[in-house]
Amino acid sequence: MVDPSSPPRRRPLSAAQLTLRLAAIAVVVAGLAGAFAYVNGTLDPQRLTPDALVNVLEKNNGVHPGFRRNHSKGVCVAGYFEGSGEAGAYSSAQVFKPSRTPVVGRFALPSGNPYAPDNSVPIRSLALRFTQADGQQWRTGMNSMPVFPVGTPEAFYQLQQAQSPLPATGKPDPAAVPAFFAAHPEAVPFLQWIKTAKPSASYATETYNGINAFYLVNPAGQRQAVRWGVVPMSQDAADAAPPQGADFLEQDLVKRLAAGPLRWQLNITLANPGDPVNDASKAWPADRKVVNAGTLVLERTQPQDNGDCRDINYDPLILPNGIEGSQDPLLAARSAAYASSYLRRTSEVNPLPATQESRP
Amino acid sequence: MSAPRHFVPLARLLHWLMALMIIAMLFIGAGMVASVSERHEWLLQLHKPLGIAILLLVVVRLMVRFSTRQPPLPADLPGWQVLAAKASHVLLYALMLILPLLGWAMISAAGDPVTLGNGLQLPSILPAHAQTFALLRKAHGYLAYLLFLTVLLHLAAALFHAWVRRDEVLDSMLRGKG
Repeated sequence: MVDPSSPPRRRPLSAAQLTLRLAAIAVVVAGLAGAFAYVNGTLDPQRLTPDALVNVLEKNNGVHPGFRRNHSKGVCVAGYFEGSGEAGAYSSAQVFKPSRTPVVGRFALPSGNPYAPDNSVPIRSLALRFTQADGQQWRTGMNSMPVFPVGTPEAFYQLQQAQSPLPATGKPDPAAVPAFFAAHPEAVPFLQWIKTAKPSASYATETYNGINAFYLVNPAGQRQAVRWGVVPMSQDAADAAPPQGADFLEQDLVKRLAAGPLRWQLNITLANPGDPVNDASKAWPADRKVVNAGTLVLERTQPQDNGDCRDINYDPLILPNGIEGSQDPLLAARSAAYASSYLRRTSEVNPLPATQESRP
Repeated sequence: MSAPRHFVPLARLLHWLMALMIIAMLFIGAGMVASVSERHEWLLQLHKPLGIAILLLVVVRLMVRFSTRQPPLPADLPGWQVLAAKASHVLLYALMLILPLLGWAMISAAGDPVTLGNGLQLPSILPAHAQTFALLRKAHGYLAYLLFLTVLLHLAAALFHAWVRRDEVLDSMLRGKG
């Protein structure tokens, strides 16, 4: 029997052998470390990363600790969704059954500045989180425009860069955005829409479109490409007097909800074969079949700095069974960038909020 | 009864299986947080079930570790290397156990459903709390880097044993009946 504690002595290595063997170990370790540094982006600085996307938003809007890095100004809402059952043929998701699903949402302005006046942009957004009884969730972020200006995260990043302040002047180059749009013909449908769009006086009178395509999957496993949106069910006349001040949207919402719940119909538009499911800058033809999936009822509102929506990341790829993401590259990019923004703002919660900027 | 010269076959199987899974996991994690492409999404969908698989396997592995005998380190190994070997193994086991739990806990603290794909959902192990999420998410990232460094050190040490010291340490994890 060999005693393992006293192995046979091996011939010592020569200096050259030792050097070679140590170098071989170094090569193996450096190879693995180098591959890791490539994968995590350190050796690939040109790659568009989630942090780069959020950094450019911070550069353009300033850093406002605790706030979302985009759609920073907003207000929490809560209520429920009542499914009509009509979408059940297309999706197995519990939310579409004829029953109530609680909703926590957030209306917002599409700007990274939490102090932007409400009339500074003609777009409003609505994010929703549906919590099904089975614990699965559906989160979606929608905007009042019908299409997205661009179809890829790279183009979105370049559009943000075109709006970045220049170091010399502290202001964006006035020629940069027109130059961007000249080079991006896919933005034409968006530009045509925004030409006539006016800042609305109320969150309640807006239609909100999911814009990105998704798939509904029914119990038989059939997949149907869709886009969804919510349409207000009571189209009241806007206030006669033009809104005063910078924060009229939240005041309007509080006033309306004090008078009663607000309702939207959730419409799901079914794509025909061949409709683009990978490009949010392209609208689908208007004659596509629309399914009335149910009614969104918003009953309450809370300020965003302590409301229930504050700590929700409205990641568009948090989906229940029966809804799946599409090949739209903006979906993965939104999911990735929202995660970066979420970590930043949740890291900034100050235990003494009275001395700090309030956070959404 | 003499000390074994090799790890038992089950321990070796777990070691090499988990070595592959953990290295894959580290690369998946590093890649997904640095990507905005569809890679981000499918790597994330791999990361979560793989993490839970590692958590289950490390529990089995610790049971195997404590119920079997390990080959001793070479008697002529310098004291500081013995210490480094023991400490790095404790660190490896601790990180293998802690990282999946941190991942699970941070998703819970974000208030996100803990999904593993195919409709499989795990319960939350913490209530939703933003500050807790931020702390756990950062710890998950930093400790993953620490695990990667420890794995590199472990690899370098194994090769040092095999190529420079030419002892039986690497061999004890490669073959033998037990």
